[in-house]
Amino acid sequence: MSNIPSHLKYTETHEWVHADEDGNALIGITDHAQAALGDLVFVELPAVGDEISQGDPVAVVESVKAASDIYTPVSGRIIAVNEDLDADPAIINSDPYNDGWLFEIELIDTEELEGLKDAEAYEETLED
Amino acid sequence: MSQHTPLYDAHLAAGARMVDFGGWEMPINYGSQIEEHNKVRQAAGMFDVSHMTVVDIRGAHARIFLSYLLSNDIAKLKAPGRAFYSCMLNERGGVIDDLITYFLDETFFRVVVNAATHDKDMEWISSQARAFDVVVEERPELAMIAVQGPEARRAVLTLLPEKYAALAGELKPFSAGQFGEMFIARTGYTGEDGFEISLPAGAATALWDQLLAAGVVPCGLGARDTLRLEAGMNLYGQDMDESVTPLESGLGWTVAMKDERVFVGKDALLKQKEQGAEQKLVGLVLQDRGVLRPGQRVVTEAGEGVTTSGSFSPTLQKAIAFARVPKDATQTCQVDIRGKLLNCTIVQPPFARNGMVCEGII
Repeated sequence: MSNIPSHLKYTETHEWVHADEDGNALIGITDHAQAALGDLVFVELPAVGDEISQGDPVAVVESVKAASDIYTPVSGRIIAVNEDLDADPAIINSDPYNDGWLFEIELIDTEELEGLKDAEAYEETLED
Repeated sequence: MSQHTPLYDAHLAAGARMVDFGGWEMPINYGSQIEEHNKVRQAAGMFDVSHMTVVDIRGAHARIFLSYLLSNDIAKLKAPGRAFYSCMLNERGGVIDDLITYFLDETFFRVVVNAATHDKDMEWISSQARAFDVVVEERPELAMIAVQGPEARRAVLTLLPEKYAALAGELKPFSAGQFGEMFIARTGYTGEDGFEISLPAGAATALWDQLLAAGVVPCGLGARDTLRLEAGMNLYGQDMDESVTPLESGLGWTVAMKDERVFVGKDALLKQKEQGAEQKLVGLVLQDRGVLRPGQRVVTEAGEGVTTSGSFSPTLQKAIAFARVPKDATQTCQVDIRGKLLNCTIVQPPFARNGMVCEGII
């Protein structure tokens, strides 16, 4: 069974969001997503400063098997990207919810968070 | 309806992630494709290839039938037990499938063709066989396990009864023999030493479990694909199909057409050879960061081409690909990945074999 921490928000496209009290959010891909993709070998991240809108394809993760677009679950401005992934994309496989984060966004509209799935609702989408 | 091999339960027990492959539910990996890949380059791994089609050709005309059917010359197989790689062509020289043929005795040859092309292959072989005194018999009751890697042969030999182990240990590359219920061939699709073992379906799980206990690691179709790509081996349906000839697919070496022998597709190939094939299949090594995939646009000084296979190479730690490009393309090119043109070197595959990167590749 895949690991779905209860303190995060999720999308149907298998991204997770961790919003903090300052109005910033970390984005990554779920344990289910990393397992389905297999060994990750390349990550293309957005540039710091990019303005992005909810649902935009803003990053690409590639495994030995396939390339997969990452859609931003929330709108805002990129304030940081995980540069460690350049040298070792497999961090996403080993630790998708912590060291394997992809990018950090300064949120424009915290209400977008309300529209995301909680852990239980995300788990239901995996059961189909 | 997807089909299961006799090892289906063994795959699930080993934690396999299963995918559909040509109508068969097969393991893509058992966790980490890269670890599986590296095991085969460095130690020993095993693959369930029971989905592949084993066809026995028996009868007085077996050799002359195959002489007509195959682009490679069956006359090269002189000693019983010898095998070779060949294409099977249509009249236009297009590749119907690639296959391994084993010479067992003058009235008995065995061919192994791809699973995804099973129906059209069987139809083609049967229709071509009508003019010859041969019996074409499929052997679906056989399972097949490929054991590959520098330690693969030793792992298999220690499991065999003594009387067979010595003989099987003497098999040369591209040779095979029947040892009790096991048909053992020193062939493979990884660029490593090893065996491909055909045996009755009912005996497959026992052999699989014994190999597992001997430390041979189960490997999925994912690792099989990156291993064969590194080893410079074509995948049917991706790197060649009925729309291209072996001469446009890096497979000129599998075509024997210097002498009088008549075979299906020869006239078309002779004509193409005389005029010169317009395209060729080459290897690419990506020098920028990214991953090469099938179907990407290739830009060369001689014109455009397309990648046919591509992935990340665990041995090179770079992306590699096969690409069909204009015949005059050399040295370097660019590949269009999501709208960006990234730099590649053009090389002659194989990229890696026997645990090492091949000379001149990086």
